[in-house]
Amino acid sequence: MRSPDVQEVLLSVEGVSLAFGGVKALTGVSFDVRKGEIRAIIGPNGAGKTSMLNVINGFYHPNQGSITFKGQTRARMRPFEASRGGIARTFQNVALFKGMSALDNIMAGRTLKMRYGLFWQALRFGPAQREEVEHRHRVEEIIDFLEIQAIRKVPVARLPYGLQKRVELGRALAMEPDLLLLDEPMAGMNLEEKEDMSRFIIEVNDHYGTTIALIEHDMGVVMDLSNRVVVLDHGVKIADGTPDQVKRDQAVIDAYLGVAH
Amino acid sequence: MSAGGPLNTFPKLLRRNASQFGSHAAIRHKDLGIWQTWTWAQVLEIVRAYAAGLQRLGLKQGDTIAIVGSNRPKLYWTVMAAQMVRAIPVPVYSDAVADELSYVLGHADVKFVAAQDQEQVDKVLSVQERVPHLQKIIYDEHRGMRDYDHARLVKIDDVIADGRAALAGDSSLAAKLDALIDAGEGADTSIILYTSGTTGASKGVMLSAERCIEAATDTAKFDKLTENDVALAYLPLAWVGDHYLNYAQGIVAGFCMACPEGPQTVEQDLREIGPTFYFAPPRVFETMLTRLMIRMEDAAAVKRSMFHYFLAIARRHGEAILTGKPVPLSGRLLYAIGSLLVYEPLKNVLGLSRVRVAYTAGEAIGPDLFVFFRSIGLNLKQLYGQTEAFLYVTCQPDGEIFADTVGPPAPHVDIRIAESGEVQFKSPGMFVQYFRDEAKTAETLTPDGYVKTGDAGFFDEKTGHLKIIDRAKDVGRLKDGTMFAPKYLENRLKFYPNIKEAVTFGDGRDFVSAMINIDPTAVSNWAERNNVAYGSYQELASHPQVYEMVARDIAEMNASLAQEKVMAGAQVRRFLILHKELDADDGELTRTLKVRRGFVADRYAALLSAFYNGSKEADISTEVTFEDGRKGRMSARLKIHDLPTTQVASGLEKAA
Repeated sequence: MRSPDVQEVLLSVEGVSLAFGGVKALTGVSFDVRKGEIRAIIGPNGAGKTSMLNVINGFYHPNQGSITFKGQTRARMRPFEASRGGIARTFQNVALFKGMSALDNIMAGRTLKMRYGLFWQALRFGPAQREEVEHRHRVEEIIDFLEIQAIRKVPVARLPYGLQKRVELGRALAMEPDLLLLDEPMAGMNLEEKEDMSRFIIEVNDHYGTTIALIEHDMGVVMDLSNRVVVLDHGVKIADGTPDQVKRDQAVIDAYLGVAH
Repeated sequence: MSAGGPLNTFPKLLRRNASQFGSHAAIRHKDLGIWQTWTWAQVLEIVRAYAAGLQRLGLKQGDTIAIVGSNRPKLYWTVMAAQMVRAIPVPVYSDAVADELSYVLGHADVKFVAAQDQEQVDKVLSVQERVPHLQKIIYDEHRGMRDYDHARLVKIDDVIADGRAALAGDSSLAAKLDALIDAGEGADTSIILYTSGTTGASKGVMLSAERCIEAATDTAKFDKLTENDVALAYLPLAWVGDHYLNYAQGIVAGFCMACPEGPQTVEQDLREIGPTFYFAPPRVFETMLTRLMIRMEDAAAVKRSMFHYFLAIARRHGEAILTGKPVPLSGRLLYAIGSLLVYEPLKNVLGLSRVRVAYTAGEAIGPDLFVFFRSIGLNLKQLYGQTEAFLYVTCQPDGEIFADTVGPPAPHVDIRIAESGEVQFKSPGMFVQYFRDEAKTAETLTPDGYVKTGDAGFFDEKTGHLKIIDRAKDVGRLKDGTMFAPKYLENRLKFYPNIKEAVTFGDGRDFVSAMINIDPTAVSNWAERNNVAYGSYQELASHPQVYEMVARDIAEMNASLAQEKVMAGAQVRRFLILHKELDADDGELTRTLKVRRGFVADRYAALLSAFYNGSKEADISTEVTFEDGRKGRMSARLKIHDLPTTQVASGLEKAA
């Protein structure tokens, strides 16, 4: 088990409720994410996990409650503001630019960091070119980090699913986020790919010091990776604590893990 | 060049290269997507600093230092730096599992280990109790090791920086280092290469500096290698082939050695670097051709027919044009057009455009395969060698190329065939002895100083070239006395695209049987085209249609065996397709991917007995080792297929 040495809160969610018409996706959910930790959000299908991530990165706006990120409280925010503020994410169903190479996809993650606009970049001249070289260097470091040198120039549509997920993680990392949201990073992977991905998540956390909030179904992975776990069921928080505490929580066992044998 | 007599050690040659080809590229490595280059002058400076740093860590003359990892400049520099302080480098296969690693580290009694990354450091740490004199582990890549106990771990960069500072601070140190280089003797052990263990525990082959250099000088001259050549160093660092072809020849001829970005990127790096000297085992050429053919099948009809038309032209005239024999003008013209439209683009895709000399060795190469590459203008040649010879025993000179021979003796090599049929040789590069194994040394060297290769072979009467049949001890007899040379049969089987690996049995038995591994690339492609659905390798391997396909291949080989008097009785009567690929991690293959027949026979004893008791099916359950070292079990019920044998030619005569 891993323990965070910092107690500083990076993100706190307070009393967030979200409804789509009559359907209540989230009801009064509160929890926090500490700086430098790996925080897991788990729960059965339809528990509201992805809705929670969407609220955090501004894709959905909560009907009630507030979100405090890096000391700033807000109720409404748009996704690009979230990414500018330092939140990056990956998606449950890979959302890459299919026809572009792995390299270009990750380069796309640098867009917000580029100072020179389309005009200068199109000219490929002077400061824009220097800037591109600089960004390419950062991207190459990420490629090296994720061990995907061999697929640098392959269009992502031709890559196996596990590698696409890795490229997506690379694109999120290219933003150098303070908070990284991972929506089921291991869904649909085989054992070996899961182990690889777990290793990368730990190394991202270790090497870049990135705070990570992730949704995951694989209990083994969640228990190994995360410092703390929050459990949702039908849009309500039913437990919050270390993996060990959560594992022993009766409400969690009933709702999610099933009755222990 | 400084004084110091003959250039009989690698550090002396390195010094010569720095002064003669100072601004030439010595080593390249693709890092963060860009090819980095170091010149000979830079390499000398780095290696000197590294050597000084190693000395300060406590590495002394005669100490052994192991090197584990893939082809990285810093690991090659470790070899150079160790040789500079007259210590002995011992490279170890980077994919060796912990047990193999601990055997070599323990046997060589290493004081230092240079490891590439966390993975290798972890392996070394896991066996450190069995390496009593281990002092320090130095490593190249820092990643993932922040939380490690750094009392025994040092970064290679830090060792170099420390040595550089020491050299700058104390001018007498540089002089001492030069004196040490000058004092280096030709008889110094230059390196210990552990054999891959085809036959039991691996042995440490000790090679002396002067012999290494003499051999490499001969062959560099033979193939006219110069400082303008480039090679891609992608072969296992611990293998004699890499150490000879890239390291030794590189330093002797002064050519540039390019290190790929990683093991998975070799194919792309090959295209980017465009080497002029290239070595690959037959397997690699086979994969290239298979992939090419599969891609051509998907190409447009026009391209496909163009491809096949010009390949036919190449088959007719390519060899003659390559060796400079007379060719009719029309043939020359067509070949020139073919070059423009097909051959050159093809070679470019494969990264072979600039190759001047290419070698293959290690296994028999299929004649079709060999002819294909030569016909499109690649100067592919065969050599025969082994670690004990520091590689070359024979090699084919330009213009005298045959698919089924390995060529005449290499320069200054003396070969004789013993009465038993075994090939024995004496060569400039031959090993001094096995490290700490006098019994084995005595077993391998004849009293008059020849090395026993353990291979059975003969000189072809027509060409005077050597032909290798099999390992001498593997050649057996069937119950009726027919000669049974398993490798000979297996090689013929492997020439069929559907068959990746074959293991034959027959010594002391009534007939020959075979276990087959299908080639997943070729067979899965076939399955896709024929709408055969399958979920796993195991399922594909047991598919009835796949069985039939393989049966047809083997029947064809049987028919051709029937034409050969000696081998006609050794036709394959029964076979099965294994449910898993033979794997080095399970001990079924050596690290150089040769089948360990005895081990396979033990492991699959149940299948073997089913061959000979007439069963139609057999159950097998085996332990498999995953890449991370964990173990699991795999069970299957395998069908055994019977084959009709083609009548032996003499039998037909009788019947007629």
